[in-house]
Amino acid sequence: MTSTTPRESATREAATREAAAALTGVETTARSIEEAAAVPATGITGAQSLVRSLEAVGVEVVFGIPGGAILPAYDPLFDSRVRHVLVRHEQGAGHAAQGYAQATGRVGVCMATSGPGATNLVTPLADAHMDSVPLVAITGQVPSHAIGTDAFQEADIRGITMPITKHNFLVTDADEIPQRIAEAFHLAATGRPGPVLVDISKDALQATTDFAWPPRLELPGYKPTTRPHGKQVREAAALIAAARRPVLYVGGGVLKAQATAELAELAGLTGAPVVTTLMARGAFPDSSPQHLGMPGMHGTVAAVTALQKADVLIALGARFDDRVTGQLSSFAPEAKVVHADIDPAEIGKNRRADVPIVGDARETIAELVVALRAEHEAGRTPDLAAWWAQVDRWRTTYPLGYDWPEDGALSPQYVIERLGAIAGPDAIYTSGVGQHQMWAAQFIRYEKPGTWLNSGGLGTMGYAVPAAMGAKVGCPDTTVWAIDGDGCFQMTNQELATCAIEGIPVKIAVINNGNLGMVRQWQTLFYEGRYSNTKLHARGSGGGSDGAATPKPVRIPDFVALAEALGCVGLRCESRDDVDAVIEKAMAITDAPVVIDFVVGADAQVWPMVAAGASNDDILAARDLRPVFGDNQV
Amino acid sequence: MLVENKSGVLARVSALFSRRGFNIESLAVGPTENPDLSRMTIVAEAESQPLEQITKQLNKLIEVIKIVELDPTAAVQRELLLVKVRAPMADRTQVLQTAELFRARVVDVNTETVTLEATGTPDKLQALLAVLAPLGIKEMAQSGTVALGRGPRSMSGAGTLRPVDRTA
Repeated sequence: MTSTTPRESATREAATREAAAALTGVETTARSIEEAAAVPATGITGAQSLVRSLEAVGVEVVFGIPGGAILPAYDPLFDSRVRHVLVRHEQGAGHAAQGYAQATGRVGVCMATSGPGATNLVTPLADAHMDSVPLVAITGQVPSHAIGTDAFQEADIRGITMPITKHNFLVTDADEIPQRIAEAFHLAATGRPGPVLVDISKDALQATTDFAWPPRLELPGYKPTTRPHGKQVREAAALIAAARRPVLYVGGGVLKAQATAELAELAGLTGAPVVTTLMARGAFPDSSPQHLGMPGMHGTVAAVTALQKADVLIALGARFDDRVTGQLSSFAPEAKVVHADIDPAEIGKNRRADVPIVGDARETIAELVVALRAEHEAGRTPDLAAWWAQVDRWRTTYPLGYDWPEDGALSPQYVIERLGAIAGPDAIYTSGVGQHQMWAAQFIRYEKPGTWLNSGGLGTMGYAVPAAMGAKVGCPDTTVWAIDGDGCFQMTNQELATCAIEGIPVKIAVINNGNLGMVRQWQTLFYEGRYSNTKLHARGSGGGSDGAATPKPVRIPDFVALAEALGCVGLRCESRDDVDAVIEKAMAITDAPVVIDFVVGADAQVWPMVAAGASNDDILAARDLRPVFGDNQV
Repeated sequence: MLVENKSGVLARVSALFSRRGFNIESLAVGPTENPDLSRMTIVAEAESQPLEQITKQLNKLIEVIKIVELDPTAAVQRELLLVKVRAPMADRTQVLQTAELFRARVVDVNTETVTLEATGTPDKLQALLAVLAPLGIKEMAQSGTVALGRGPRSMSGAGTLRPVDRTA
């Protein structure tokens, strides 16, 4: 690999790459620690075999909750060097494993018991499936003789999770445990990553078995294509070299493949504008003048419009999601599409590809660099000056921005902007789903991979707090901020108790507008301001045009008191002047989780916006402000 | 399709069709020359573009080994039909003659009915049913289509049939 990574992230990238390789290469024998753990054993229980398998595959932490069916596994886990983080709800375990995986590049692991324990993992599994997060979920199942009898705490979790996992197993034979665990980790981490569930019956955990490692993988139908086809790569390079209005459309696959160094090289070589999707923020530095920011429903005018006007789109690990394309039939109408993805089913799913490339993003981009160099050496270097002049005009005319609330309330965008400036590009940021998520994607400057974790595809409210917990466990020396809405925060904040007890000092910024903000924004725009069931605060409290101001706000819940009750430090900020000081105060607390309740205006909106189902041509830079592009095509 | 002979595979395949909005017209699953593999023959109505997408999605199922799209003109297709026809003595000759015409076999007889077994292409079986219908069909059971490509090639082994393109 010709990787030369100038950025500080290189070490972390290399480390995570190595870890991923270790996990995926279950057949390799050159790992001393794993070998020590993988001493063969006879006459042990299935549960012991499970824990030994987890040790052998290199698991350092499991997030979970015990219960009846999984109980046998918790006994050997008690003595294992694998750390177990006892969460308060299985959904928290799943999202924590996701946060861990996304921050480190390693496979995240969660564990739950049968029935409700397993069904509580459904949301994180679906989330990980949509966002291609490598995850292994281990669930206990009722004893095999009781399966199918509606036994206590029985749920067909394999059947339930079939459409939301990359694969899943039901294990009823203790002898199979090492093999299934090895296969699960291999499947989760390789190809297009994703969640794998291993459901193990209680009798299999209790049975006597032998343990040997590494087991043989039996996956005859699984052969992901990682090496791109040379001819396709050369064709893509020729198209790129001849393009007059190219755009690099970068998706989450670039982060999954740890291909940011290769991307930087390709971007430099093409000189083309780069856009990074919600799942790819941090894959390309925001400080680069080539970077136009995020495309899509709430993307920058420059990013959205550059895609619309492009003559060649180079889609790298992106999947033409509806939130990016808007109305598909009018998306990038003049563009020829180079679509590189590890999943052949993504190519041509939404948008026809002129040059399809199936392969790992890192290998693909590296080979594109070589092929493009050859084009340049043959004298085919495009002049993009006119294209850049046009793009820069959009960028300078319609920059990201926001207005301060007229009622004097705190601006949520300002809070998030300051948070990003103070915590800086080395911190990891997680978010929930909604307005605060979009502002966090827009107003924080990401420079490094693995620093922005969110629920992109499934849009799971409540992702932020447990994901931050998982990220902090994976990267204990990194500052981890969860930027959450007050609606999201009330879905999963119980994990702060876990953080307080387990010594996981995350920081939470609750952007508290007293409402389900994004839904409220749509009600403002599309339902004549009829705020049906979006107000979370008590009558009279909080800001917003619909609520009459009262002198003494009623806070239900009082997030500061809630934070304290959960063993965290609780802070509050209600005015612009206090924003920096309170963030700095939170930054100074490193031995406990901190929650800041930022009480902000309820009427702030996310702009720009392309209405759902509308064409990206109809982007509004701000409410009722349609950009005038007017200029002629290059 | 060749799939691993494991529990749950049929559920994965059929669920994928319904989840992605495809109707299965017929489906037949059975053993193959290799005990580790099962063969699924699926008949579905689809335009070429959605067919490509469903094929790619099916290929992503870990237990799916290989998918071949059989061109109806280059494949042998058969269905099995069991049909119980009302056959009082007065009509019995007509029933038996019809059976002979369609090379159907009588597999059960009693005073009221005759049960016929017929194999053939879906068209042939439809034609048989059309002739039997006026006589009175009491009950029928029909299998899904099974099919093999014509010529010396097979889905597994040397000189294999070309799988549906997974790479583009």
